[in-house]
Order: sequence, then C-alpha cells, then structure tokens
Amino acid sequence: MSNKPDIYYVPESSHWPAVGAAGLFFFFLGLIMWLHHHPVAEYIFYVGALILAYMMFGWFGDVIRESQSGLYDKRMDKSFRISMMWFIFSEVMFFGAFFGALFYTRVLSVPWLAGAGHQEFTHMLLWPNFTAHWPLLLNPDQSQFLGPKAAMGVWGIATFNTIVLLTSGVTITLAHWALKKGERNKLLIWQGLTVLLGIIFLISQGHEYYHAYTELDMRLNSGIYSTTFFMLTGFHGAHVTIGTIMLMVTWFRCKKGHFTNENHFAFEAVSWYWHFVDIVWLLLFIFVYWL
Amino acid sequence: MSDAVMDSHDHDHHHGPAHKGFKRWLFTTNHKDIGTMYLIFALVMLFVGGAFALVIRAELFMPGLQIVSPDYFNQMTTMHGLVMVFMVIMPAMTGLANWQIPLMIGAPDMALPRLNNWSFWILPIALALIGSTLFIDGPGPNFGWTFYAPLSTTYGPPSTDYMIFAIHLLGLSSIMGSINIIVTIFNLRAPGMTLMKMPIFVWTWLITAFLIIAVMPVLAGAVTMMLMDRHFGTAFFEAGGGGDPVMFQHIFWFFGHPEVYILILPAFGVISEVIPTFSSKKIFGYRFMVYATASIAILSFVVWAHHMFTTGIPLAAELFFMYTTMLIAVPTGIKVFNWVGTMWRGALRFEPPMLFAVAFVILFTIGGFSGLMLSIVPADYQYQDTYFVVAHFHYVLVPGALFGIMTAVYYWLPKWSGKMYSHKLANWHFWLTVISLNLTFFPMHFLGLAGMPRRIPDYALQFTNFNAVATVGAFMFGLSQLVFVWLIISTVRSGKPTTPEVWESSHGLEWTLPSPPPYHTFETPPHVE
Repeated sequence: MSNKPDIYYVPESSHWPAVGAAGLFFFFLGLIMWLHHHPVAEYIFYVGALILAYMMFGWFGDVIRESQSGLYDKRMDKSFRISMMWFIFSEVMFFGAFFGALFYTRVLSVPWLAGAGHQEFTHMLLWPNFTAHWPLLLNPDQSQFLGPKAAMGVWGIATFNTIVLLTSGVTITLAHWALKKGERNKLLIWQGLTVLLGIIFLISQGHEYYHAYTELDMRLNSGIYSTTFFMLTGFHGAHVTIGTIMLMVTWFRCKKGHFTNENHFAFEAVSWYWHFVDIVWLLLFIFVYWL
Repeated sequence: MSDAVMDSHDHDHHHGPAHKGFKRWLFTTNHKDIGTMYLIFALVMLFVGGAFALVIRAELFMPGLQIVSPDYFNQMTTMHGLVMVFMVIMPAMTGLANWQIPLMIGAPDMALPRLNNWSFWILPIALALIGSTLFIDGPGPNFGWTFYAPLSTTYGPPSTDYMIFAIHLLGLSSIMGSINIIVTIFNLRAPGMTLMKMPIFVWTWLITAFLIIAVMPVLAGAVTMMLMDRHFGTAFFEAGGGGDPVMFQHIFWFFGHPEVYILILPAFGVISEVIPTFSSKKIFGYRFMVYATASIAILSFVVWAHHMFTTGIPLAAELFFMYTTMLIAVPTGIKVFNWVGTMWRGALRFEPPMLFAVAFVILFTIGGFSGLMLSIVPADYQYQDTYFVVAHFHYVLVPGALFGIMTAVYYWLPKWSGKMYSHKLANWHFWLTVISLNLTFFPMHFLGLAGMPRRIPDYALQFTNFNAVATVGAFMFGLSQLVFVWLIISTVRSGKPTTPEVWESSHGLEWTLPSPPPYHTFETPPHVE
C-alpha cells in the first residue's frame, strides 16, 4: 500500500446514502405512527430498520472491501481517525445534555421548589409541604408522580457492573496489544472476553431494571430521580449494546484476518468507543448511584 | 499551477459524473454536485419559509383577525422559524462549504464523500416529516421555533412528534456534514497550505463545524426529553415530578445561542473573502480575524441565559450572562473594524458582491447594536418578547446571514457556472432587496419599543401604520427574490463566458482553476507558496 502514489480515494458513486435516507424515513415515520397507535406503524418501523441494517451491511462492506484491496492511503486512515474522534465528541455532548439535566434539577430546581434561593413564594404557592432531598422519593405532586419506595442501591449490581466494565477496558487493551504483536489466538480470546463482559453487563443491567420496577416501584414516571436514572443509564445501556455489537463484528473481522499490526483502524475505533462508554459509566456510577 | 491542474486530468479517471439524469444526483459523491443540491434546496426552501412569513405579514397588515385563525398564525411563526434556520441558512452555508472548501484548500473532494451525500439526502426526508404536519389532521407545531415546554410537551399537538424526529434528522445531517468539513480541513489541505494561510472562509467554517458538533447533540437531547415527557411520563419539564419547565429553556438555549453563530460565522467568512477582492487589498488583520472568530465561538457557550432574563433566574446569573454577552461585542467589533480597515484607502469597486458585502457590514452592525441593547438586563425586561427582539434578530439574519449567502452566490456563481450574470439585474436585485428589507424590519424596532408583543395575530390600533409599512416591505422583499432566481437561471443558461480569475485582484486557489472547474479538481494537490 505504501508504494502507491499519494492519491486520495474518492468513490465514483454510491447508492448507500440514498438507501440510508429511505431507511431513516420509514424508521422514524414508523416510530411516530407507533406513538400515535396507528395499526400498521410497527411494520413501517421494521421496514425502516431492515433497510438501515441492509444499508450498514452494504456500506461497511464496501468500505472493508476497498480497504482490503489497498485503495486507501495513510491520509484516508487519518480521515477515519479524525472523524471517529469528532463523532465521539458529539456523543459526549449528547450525554452532557442529560448530565446537565441531572445537575440542574439536583442542585437548583429541586431545592428551589422547597423554597431555597429566594424562591419562598414558589414553595408556598405550589407545594408548601414539599421538602428537598436527593434521591427524590417524595415528589412535589405525589398524585401525578408517585415516587419510588427506595432509591437504587450503589454497592450491589452497580458496583458489580463497574467492575465488569472496567475489566472489559483491560481486556480490550490486552486484545489490542496482542493484535499489535500479531498474536491472533490471544487477540481472539481477549476480544471474545470483552464481548462476553459487555453481554454480562447488559444482562445484569436488565436485572437491575427488573428489580427497580418490581421491588422498588421505581419507574420512568416516578418523578425526576427515576427520570434521570433511567434516561442516563438507559442511553448508556443502549451505547453498550451498540458497542457490544461492534465488538462482535470486529471479533469476526479479526478471525478473518482483516487487520494487520499496522493497519487496524476499525479495531481501534471500536476500542475508543468502548473506552468512552466506560468513562460515561464511571460518571454515572459516581453521580447517579453513589453521591 | 494551472498546468498541474490540467495534468491531473490525464489519469485513467473518468472526467464526468458516473451516472446521468436523476441517478447522478441521488448517488453522487462529488462535492460540487452535493454543494449544488444543498444550494438549490435552500433556495427552494427560502420561498417556502418566505411564504409562511408572508402569511404572517398579511395577517398583520391590519388589526383584527383578518385572514387566518390564531392557531394557524402560530403554526406559521413556528414553521417560518424552523424552515429558515434549519432548511435555508444552514443548508445554504453547507452548500457553500461543499463547493468552496475543497477548491480553496486544494483538496480532491470532501474527505468522506459518501457521508457527504447522506448528509444532504437526509434533509428532504426531514422536510417530508415536518412538512406533512401542515396537511395531516390536527394543528401542526404551533409553539414557536423555540418549542418551549410545556407548550410543546403538555400542550403540544400530536404533530409535535413529527417535529421532534425531523429535528433529530436535521441534527444528524448537520453533525455528519460538519465532521466531514472538519476532517477535510484538517486532513486534505494542499502541501504548503498551513492553518494560518487558509482563507478566512475556511477558518470560519472550521469553527462553525466545531460549534455544530458541540451543540446539535444537545438539541437532540432536548427533543428527546420532550418526547419522553410527552409519551413516557418522565418529569424533565414537570415541576410536579421535581423537574422544571425553565430547564427546557436552559438546554434549548445552550444549543440556541451557539446556533446563531453557526448561522452567521460562515457569512463573516464570505464577507472576509469578498471585501479584499473588491478593495484590491489583502484582508486587514488576518490573524485578528481568526482569533476573533474563535473568541466569538468560545464565548457563545456562556451567554445562553440572556434569552431568559425574565424567567426569574437568580440576579447573579443575570449579571454574569449580561457581561459575557456584552463581551461578545469586542471580537465582533474587531471584525467590523477589520472589514472597514480593509476598505480603507483601497481601490474600491462596487460590483454586485461588494454591494451586498458593504450592505452586510452596515446592516449587520445595526443588528449587533440592537443586540447590545437587549443584553442590558433592566432594558431587556422591557424589550423581552416584543417586536424589538424580532427586529433585532431579523437584522442579523436577513442582511446578515442571508446577505452572506447572496454575497457568496454573486461572488462564486461565475466560478461555479463559468458564466457572468447581468450586473444590471444584480443591481436591481440588490437595491430592491435592501430597500424592502429595511422597510420590513426597521419599523419593527419602533413597534417593539412602543410595546407590541411578538407572536400575536392581532394588535392594538396604534400599531397599525408601522405594521402596514412592514407588510408592504415584506411583499416587496419576497417579490424581489424572484429577480434573484431569474438571475441565477438566466446566468446558468445563457450568461457570458467568464475568465478563470473572474474578478480583478481575486485571490486564492479557486481562481487558478478554469471557470467552470472540471468535475474533479486537485486530484494531484497543488503546491501553495
């Protein structure tokens, strides 16, 4: 590849973006109609999801084939790296919005509802019996938002999950080292373990949600504490799911021998993503579960 | 260097598009094709969003409910704002970036050409979702383009969900487009094109792209919270559950304020290209232009609550946001000063792009000053939600962002099409536009100071005269844009062929290429001194 002239690869044309746009259209249209209880909504949604899956297979397939046939130069590799970094930055900002909501309500608006910071009248006129505390179990309007019986514990499932994810951060690094040294078998074992840890995390989070719904009466509609809990951990869980799928794909690509010890951008991109998900979890553990 | 450009076409690469007809545009990976599609989309949507505005102005021509119902009026203000911000200004700027950035930095194309095409084709999809709300049963979104909770949550019509997902799609499109722009600028510059040699237009887009990637996800978060509150019982914006409707405004404006710089910074870039050419000088204070742009972008993250002075936020917060807002006047002032400094003792030629650029500098500054007035907390208690605010942001968006785009079209259309437009027609368009926009928006200052609230279909009798003037101006403005469309069509069809340089003392890599440039350019990168 290095003996090729310095020509940046520009594909002639591609139908995948158009397929992707059509997929997105049906996906979101189906979702909206589903929310509005339309009888055929789910089918439209599934069609959209299938088109999107088809697009991803085809598009990524094209990119992998181009990469394998040596069409990409060093600059292309750098393009991919820069774009992945900025994509992760956009994800950071997305989580930032939800962390912002958590901090704003905990630090400002919940105490204000209880009369802090010159908000005496808010307190007196709206819900005079309300007292601020966190986790918020007794909501200002208990008739509309019945609070949970108890807050989610920190030293049980959450701690276990922290250990699982931190370990997966180690295993993916070991897999990366094995890849760099060209030790295929070690690579497959460590990468496989990472996938396994991702799956264990997801099962245990599912168990935690079950515990919340059945034993703590903690639901999406139990006020701002459970709102922020479920939305933050839920979006994180969605990212773990996507990350685990990407890890599986790279496992198969490792098995096929797609990556060389120098050229393995896709592997590194997935591991960046995995570390990002890891760091988000640490923040969740500290600010949602612990403090 | 033009020899090098010619040489690059002796490769075995094909010379033109891979497909013909509709497929060319649907499957294209070419930055010029995609740029053209963005620009045409924006131009069409300018008339759609403009039609909504004319409904608003027609209703406000006389007091009393004349033409549309209050609910429909609200749908018009909402759709006008959403269309103009997300489907006119942003796509037009992205179109300019697509056409110009590879040509200006000597890149063969955008760094991720397929992603580039996807970014564009998501736009019509988003339009289909949000546009359908005007035709389905029940009202469309009717709470203003800022879709504040609880108007958009507890009281939002079912069509709000279409808007929510349309916003998600628009966010996806602009984030992918911006990642592409950043990667192109960082990675595909020609040898010798160091960061501090880049044209200001490229600099402003680099910083704009950063802003888009930073804040569009926050908007996605805001609409997701809305969706959850609407359908799944979460309490983000419900005080009864411990949430806070004012929090919506915080999250929205954390996006919204950088967003206004997203709309204007590329226009600053265009003006910074045009004024030096028509002053026959280099730009005055290049470095300061770059630093000022970066300062504006950074400051834009810490001013958001100046949109919320009357919501009851703590006094300390009001003071903080007042001072940070005023601070933005410094880098903006530097920019205006440098534009004027560039013209100072230059050999000025008032050809159409320069006319628009000079009008931009003067009229945008009016919008800047009214912004400074609005930043003063006690004064804002009076101005909040009046027509003064409407006058302010229309002065920065119409003779600001929109004029930036028109300046760019007048400057680069001969390059893109290889043909020169009729200067007579362009002058007609310019003068009609400038006169009518001032007729439309200047009286709004007086209306607002006199206390006329915004977003109402009816008003007290004493506001009649100024409203009538504004309506006449608005219809004149709308019709004047037909001149613009005719000018573009007639130029592309039958304009006079032009030279590679197009303008006297034009500067930069794009002018070293033939007009129109071949389908693929800079496949072998040029060397920049």
